[in-house]
Amino acid sequence: MAAKEFDIPVLPTYLEIPEIKEGIMEGDGPFKSSEQFQNPLGFPGEKVDNWQEVAIEKMGELKSKYRSVQVFLDSCVKCGACTDKCHYFLGSSDPKNMPVARQDLFRSVYRRHFTFAGKYFPKLVGAKELDDEMLDDWYNYFHQCSQCRRCSVFCPYGIDTAEISMAAREVLDAVGVGQKYCNQILGKAITIGNNLGLPEPALRDTLLDLEEEIEEETGIAVKYPLDVKGAEILLITPSADFFAEPHIDGLIGYGKVFHEDGVSWTMSSYASEGANFGMFIGSYDIMRKAALRIRKAALDLEVSRVMVGECGHAWRVAYSFWNTLTGVGAGATDEFGLKLQNQLDSRYPQPQHIIEYTHDLIQRGKLKFDKSVNDDRNVTFHDSCNVARATNMGGIPNGQFILPREVIKAVCNNYVDMERSTIKESTFCCGGGGGLLTDDLMEIRIKGAMPRMQALKEVEKTDGVNTLVAICAICKSQFSKVLPKFDFDPYMIVSAHQLVSEAIIMEKPQTDDSVTQEAEEVTE
Amino acid sequence: MSAISTIFTALFYLSLAVFLIGMARKIYQYTVTPAPLKIPTAPTPLTQTGVVMRMAREVVLFESLFKANKWTWLFGWLFHVGLLLVLVRHARYFWPGDLPEIFLLVQPFKYAAFAMVIGLIGLMGRRIFVERIRYISAPSDYLMLIMLLIIGISGAVMTFTSNHTDVIMVKEFASGLITFNWADLPTEIHFLVHLFLVFVLMAIFPISKLLHVPGIFFSPTRNQVDDARKKRHISPWALKQEQDHAVKLDEALGKDK
Repeated sequence: MAAKEFDIPVLPTYLEIPEIKEGIMEGDGPFKSSEQFQNPLGFPGEKVDNWQEVAIEKMGELKSKYRSVQVFLDSCVKCGACTDKCHYFLGSSDPKNMPVARQDLFRSVYRRHFTFAGKYFPKLVGAKELDDEMLDDWYNYFHQCSQCRRCSVFCPYGIDTAEISMAAREVLDAVGVGQKYCNQILGKAITIGNNLGLPEPALRDTLLDLEEEIEEETGIAVKYPLDVKGAEILLITPSADFFAEPHIDGLIGYGKVFHEDGVSWTMSSYASEGANFGMFIGSYDIMRKAALRIRKAALDLEVSRVMVGECGHAWRVAYSFWNTLTGVGAGATDEFGLKLQNQLDSRYPQPQHIIEYTHDLIQRGKLKFDKSVNDDRNVTFHDSCNVARATNMGGIPNGQFILPREVIKAVCNNYVDMERSTIKESTFCCGGGGGLLTDDLMEIRIKGAMPRMQALKEVEKTDGVNTLVAICAICKSQFSKVLPKFDFDPYMIVSAHQLVSEAIIMEKPQTDDSVTQEAEEVTE
Repeated sequence: MSAISTIFTALFYLSLAVFLIGMARKIYQYTVTPAPLKIPTAPTPLTQTGVVMRMAREVVLFESLFKANKWTWLFGWLFHVGLLLVLVRHARYFWPGDLPEIFLLVQPFKYAAFAMVIGLIGLMGRRIFVERIRYISAPSDYLMLIMLLIIGISGAVMTFTSNHTDVIMVKEFASGLITFNWADLPTEIHFLVHLFLVFVLMAIFPISKLLHVPGIFFSPTRNQVDDARKKRHISPWALKQEQDHAVKLDEALGKDK
């Protein structure tokens, strides 16, 4: 349902830096949010009358609260190192999709209003006024950034466009020009508990269906416990895992691994969402509000471990931000953090990623696999940007690259990596991250997927790769949509735990019933 | 003292004051502005030692730039290293009396001026001929390079051609600035241009992109330890908000007891 016709990029043999085509991605941006979605988040329902004043004031506030914003706005020397690093630029050729040019939309206004040179010599230093046209450019181009941070890896000062993009979106929300997709979803997440707006009974039904399905197929009663008080592990997973394909096969995999380990675990209907779109819109407060539900669920259910399912930005928020926002972590000295951390089991990392958990079980020989089940697959792994560039796993350097690959290699025989410059810390975004996974942004999603698709095409040619593994709900949804546009099978994208699920040999029938019977069921 | 010497003496103290006060203010601002969230970029160091090593590699070798673009790295690094060596060599002018021997180590590096100028020409070439970089360049970006080029070339002219200036006089002038024994300075035009532009550079340092020099040390994606799970990292404003808003948040969330 994209607004205009556009050409789907042809995959080149080698990834080339395109010549710039000014204005090619100009447009109105994604659908704007309305009063009904803005107000519950505390944002004005429509563009306020004195919006310039409000915006400049907000910019001033943000640069005093975030050192990243202040330092990044000052430090850029326009060296051009980042200009060919953004997948949206490589796929679209629009120069405003070069990271530095995207930042400059914000930086030029900063210079005009907050710097000596910009106040008195605006032309000289490229300082610009925040007028309607500029605000439209902000809205359009800051919603063509997936906050993937690839540019930051290559910047000599570590300037992270994601930080600027988050700040810009926060200013936009403050003046009443919000994005419908993110803000509508956030409304559901902070009132109902998940992005889909799925209430407890619906969630319970879904999980029961899933249990039946697995038992029919395998003859083993793998359980998907919900709101079980006193369980050891609270699993927080993206709600896409409950419904979407191929995500749900990953959820099946988590359940089987828990079952084999014999650990007691639960999900929460109150905090049934791993995703946290508060990060995408740059709002510390809303991100915290969403994360606090998880804290509450952990306290109420008296769990000793908090675990996160396969979701990229969720793992960034969990790994890097939860300890700050809610105290899910360790090492707190304040009352707020200690209240939860005393309850959590300090022998395990808090929070822990499901990949870390499965990896640990594999290392200790607690899981048995028949790898040959996956012999028809030639597998490659897509490093999801938030996991790759903003988190760690296993507490070892570069663990976030190592652990997922080791898990995959433990369950299948044929694995190959894509081109080095497109994986690990240099990974290309799927094209749908950062709050862009909406049909009204289909053009930029497809164009932005080009660099990843090119690398995938190469391993398809050289190694016959037919399976793409990702550990991110957004990547999985995005790939399902864009793979066919580039002549790939849309079903080649799978969860890491789907491969685990297919290869795992189930040896422990019916043992977890005893666990759930002991635990007390909580219904709200 | 001649009028021109008086003016340049005054300009020196003025630009130095602007530089010192401006930089102190900026560094203070960077210091007091909190980084509320852990945002180091991969490959992340897991320890404080790792951060120091990473920062050293960035500052000395320009590691990230090397990953990004070999040409920009080459020219950028040549320029910066050349400039550093040239700067250290200038200590002999400011040092009252005989220079400590340690400085003699850099005296052979007078050819560093060429590295500096070659680097600058390379960077200028990229800015003009690479379409993407031309697109992101403002007039000030070219001016900065032109200014540095004139400084470098005028300096090299004095060192390597027969247009030498009176070095003894320069030393008296420069060391006089430090010891407040003001003296006349040579008045060859290339020397005056050289000196004037250096003063300009000092004055615009705190209000221009030259802020990348302190900026790199304060960059949260480069100077943070990746230990978010082990330690609770919280900014003063967030901590205050946590205490103030605790009740309000519960109300907003509804379901709480």
